[in-house]
Amino acid sequence: MNKRRHIDLSVGIFMLVGLLSLFFMVMKVSGITQIVSNNGYPVIAYFTDIGGLKVRAPVTIAGVKIGEVARIELQPSQLNAKVTMLLNRSKPIPYEDVSARILTEGLLGSNYISIVPGFDDEENSDHPYLRSGDIISKTQEAIILENLIGQLLFNVKK
Amino acid sequence: MLDLIARMGSRGLTSVQNLGNSGLFLLRVLFRKPHLFKLMPELLKQLYFIGVLSCLIIVVSGLFIGMVVGLQGYNTLEKFGASSELGQLLALSITRELGPVISALLFAGRAGSALTAEIGLMKATEQLDSMDMMGIDPLSRIIYPRFLGGVISLPLLAFIFSAVAIFGGYFIGVQCLGVDSGTFWSNMQSAINFKVDVLSGIIKSIVFAFVVIWISVFQGFTCIPTAEGISQATTRTVVYSSLAVLGLDFLLTAITIGGW
Repeated sequence: MNKRRHIDLSVGIFMLVGLLSLFFMVMKVSGITQIVSNNGYPVIAYFTDIGGLKVRAPVTIAGVKIGEVARIELQPSQLNAKVTMLLNRSKPIPYEDVSARILTEGLLGSNYISIVPGFDDEENSDHPYLRSGDIISKTQEAIILENLIGQLLFNVKK
Repeated sequence: MLDLIARMGSRGLTSVQNLGNSGLFLLRVLFRKPHLFKLMPELLKQLYFIGVLSCLIIVVSGLFIGMVVGLQGYNTLEKFGASSELGQLLALSITRELGPVISALLFAGRAGSALTAEIGLMKATEQLDSMDMMGIDPLSRIIYPRFLGGVISLPLLAFIFSAVAIFGGYFIGVQCLGVDSGTFWSNMQSAINFKVDVLSGIIKSIVFAFVVIWISVFQGFTCIPTAEGISQATTRTVVYSSLAVLGLDFLLTAITIGGW
């Protein structure tokens, strides 16, 4: 009886520990909590050049992550890139004069989107904050190192 | 000369026959009505022998492999000033590759060989035949609980391995070498995608569990019932399952990465 109980207990503990480690990998390693809790709203921006921006790249304000890139499509009519971002609902972003830039983490890092919020001093405006499906009209494309170097060399030659 | 070709042909025929036999055997084991309540005590015992007793080797090797990957990765990444990416390197290599593969290899050596030897000895001492004679189907009484126990145990062991290995790497990287704890975890979380990385590791470990336990049970069940036959079957179990795990790993990685 004692031996039986020992087996039952240790098998139970084994399965529990196994499932706990799966839970640990899901939560801590893949950080799925952010995805689950992210019932974000989509915001669209058009860029003439997105450089190396990828889906799931972070979207930041003042360096703090507030969302991620959900979709990147080519806009056939204008031949520019339509980037759909999912932003967290936690902090409303003033809509007036909001702009988005594609920046690079360090010299060789990956691309991310930085949103510069607008001004929210007009209280009686009927569209004070970014809403689902809004389009950010002011954008700045990615700075591509090769283009910069090319321009520099061109200027130096002159 | 003709003799040689004929021998090659017969070798080929037997190996194809063996493969077909093992496939039929797998089908016969899988497609049966499971009596879960009758099965439960035996299944628990098998989970204990296959799973719980393999925990120690899995935890210890996971810890050391995590520590080695952490140390090696830190030394290499530091040359490029990228030691903050250690978490990403560690978690990607462990959840995708090292966790499932090494735990399957250890499992084949620790539990698969024991299963083959056990079933082979049962066959040699004619326990299986006498069961058959008493009207008890050895496939459902002996093979099925072991099969199920292995298929449940190995994925759990692989999860434990990965979690412990990541902690080992965390211990070396953060506690000993001074990578910042926050960047370690946040780089890891931004690099690891559940659907791509963790899930592919889980799928791999389930496939490996099927293959390893299938090979070991089949080798035990069809071994030549002598001392020599059992030892050969045990060796074959370890060799075949290691090769199958490594080969399938390449195949599964190629499929999940989508290079084809």
